Amino acid sequence: MSSAVRSPKNAVGKVVLGLLAVALGPVYAQAQSSDIPRTSSGRPDMNGIWQALGNAHWDIEPHQARAALQMVPGPVVPIPAEAVVAFGAIGAVPPGMGIVEGGEIPYLPAALAIRDANRENWVTRDPVVKCYLPGVPRATYMPFPFQIFQSESAFFITYEYAGADRNIYLEDPGPPQVDSWMGQSVGHWEGDTFVVEANGFTGQAWLDRSGNHASYQLQVTERYTMTSPYHMLYEATMEDSSTFSRPWTIRLPLYKHIEDNARIGVFKCVEFVEELLYGQYRKTGP
Amino acid sequence: MTVRCSALFLVLCLGISAEGLVAPASAQAPSGQWVMPRTVDGHADLQGNWSNSTLTPLQRPAGQEAVLSWEEAHAIEQGRAEIVIAKAQPSDPDRPPPEAGGTFPICIDSATGCYNEVYTDRGRRVAVVNGEPRSSLITFPSDGRLPTWTPRALREMERFSEFNGQFGEYDHPEVRPLAERCLMSFNSSAGPPMVPNYWYNNNYTIVQTADHVMIMAEMVHDVRIIRLVDGLRLPPHIRPWMGDSWGHWEGDVLVVETTNFHPLQRYLGAASDDLKVIERFSRVDEETILYEFTIDDPVTYSEPWGGQIPMRAMDDQLFEYACHEGNYSLSNVLSGARYQERVEAEGSQD
Repeated sequence: MSSAVRSPKNAVGKVVLGLLAVALGPVYAQAQSSDIPRTSSGRPDMNGIWQALGNAHWDIEPHQARAALQMVPGPVVPIPAEAVVAFGAIGAVPPGMGIVEGGEIPYLPAALAIRDANRENWVTRDPVVKCYLPGVPRATYMPFPFQIFQSESAFFITYEYAGADRNIYLEDPGPPQVDSWMGQSVGHWEGDTFVVEANGFTGQAWLDRSGNHASYQLQVTERYTMTSPYHMLYEATMEDSSTFSRPWTIRLPLYKHIEDNARIGVFKCVEFVEELLYGQYRKTGP
Repeated sequence: MTVRCSALFLVLCLGISAEGLVAPASAQAPSGQWVMPRTVDGHADLQGNWSNSTLTPLQRPAGQEAVLSWEEAHAIEQGRAEIVIAKAQPSDPDRPPPEAGGTFPICIDSATGCYNEVYTDRGRRVAVVNGEPRSSLITFPSDGRLPTWTPRALREMERFSEFNGQFGEYDHPEVRPLAERCLMSFNSSAGPPMVPNYWYNNNYTIVQTADHVMIMAEMVHDVRIIRLVDGLRLPPHIRPWMGDSWGHWEGDVLVVETTNFHPLQRYLGAASDDLKVIERFSRVDEETILYEFTIDDPVTYSEPWGGQIPMRAMDDQLFEYACHEGNYSLSNVLSGARYQERVEAEGSQD
């Protein structure tokens, strides 16, 4: 398939290219599975440090720029809420084309109301403000790198943000024994795509900074597909019948860090939010 | 057996016991003799889940030899087993309420019941290294005890104490212990050195690739990324938690050297900027990695010291230790202190 994609010399190749272009958009039509690095057993070698670009972490739905994540009514037009006004332009939301297939998350009415309330109360409700674990799939497109450790017997992802991590089990240990922020993940290969089923979530993690959310019943199916030595297509399908009217999918490219000194740094933000969370309990008097 | 547990001061966490330690699938020579499992790169395969929980203390108790007799080792293990059985009994529903003013660590085994044997996994076995049941994890100096601090380290500790002494114990979050703040495990789980905490969750996952070894400690889901290839070391002023680790293979032994420690990551209360920890990981049989560590810090210690700890294979899962996300205790500790001060101030005005 791969060579047909690059230089379609026949009708079949053109059809394949056309289907790919429709399914993935022109950005991803460069898929060249023969070019990607492979492990000794022939699997795509995804080892390395990866990161999403773009503005999905602000809002995964298509959105135009807005003055702040949390707005309140103003005398003329809505204005940034008091808690965020000091950030000025740095606190403004940049525009984004979104990563949601079809553009809109198919919320049930009650869940949409929660999303809107989340947005109105962003600074007190977004778990990431408090340095809580990011959940899945949000961890993938946070503005931080993550590193994949892939061996013949293991597939482990560690995220720079909050030191979050996931051991993607290659053998299914059975249903999750407990709910957790990052959930339980089980992976398998479908051709050159690494497919991960993640569930067992607490339902507390958000999907972005704009209040998008899911419940503890969320089931995420992720698909990791290398499209070049330095690019990976990330897709995640969300199923949660208590929150959404149907399954829906996000899709975005991931980029591999190639700089010599690339590394996952230590970002234990817990200590950075102590003033936020505990400052009110400091001793102030004699 | 897998249990749900709470962390220090009722912080939400998930724990796992060391029950069910089993050998993973192994390569067996035709003779039945154990053969070193190897990665596709030909290196000793250290991957899997491991536990370093043990009943052997870090330092050798007074009057003990370095190597215990098997009778002594069995007596220690039997004694621990009896405690576990006794404390696993159902609580007396008619027991009196907990005493007011109980504080850590008094509450651990008291009637407050804040921790019982459901929560803890202190280890069930004496550490056995080279076929010897050991009385201490420290193997050098030869007395199995920490060496003395240098005069400079003592002066430094005095300054540290003076600085902390200007604050009350519960005045600010920054004066509380790292574990209570959910920054790092109590003791030194992720390390380095990776030392059992004698409490719970002494569990690790190791993944190896051609150019990295990743070690995840269950405590605080801390991940150590050990680089095996040449690269830029961190400049001296960058000092992340868990330091900067670089490894290489000496035959079948993974040797890891770590520097650039965070100034607050002071294992056993002392560490200078010059602290260097050297670790050696040796797969010695199907069920065991022999973990050896050396603390090299001439500014702090009168001589290098270190020890040996067996890490035993386990086939249980590790769970998410979401300490910070459930850390109600730090708010309660601090706000409780403020409440107490208010009550005392109002009392003094009467």
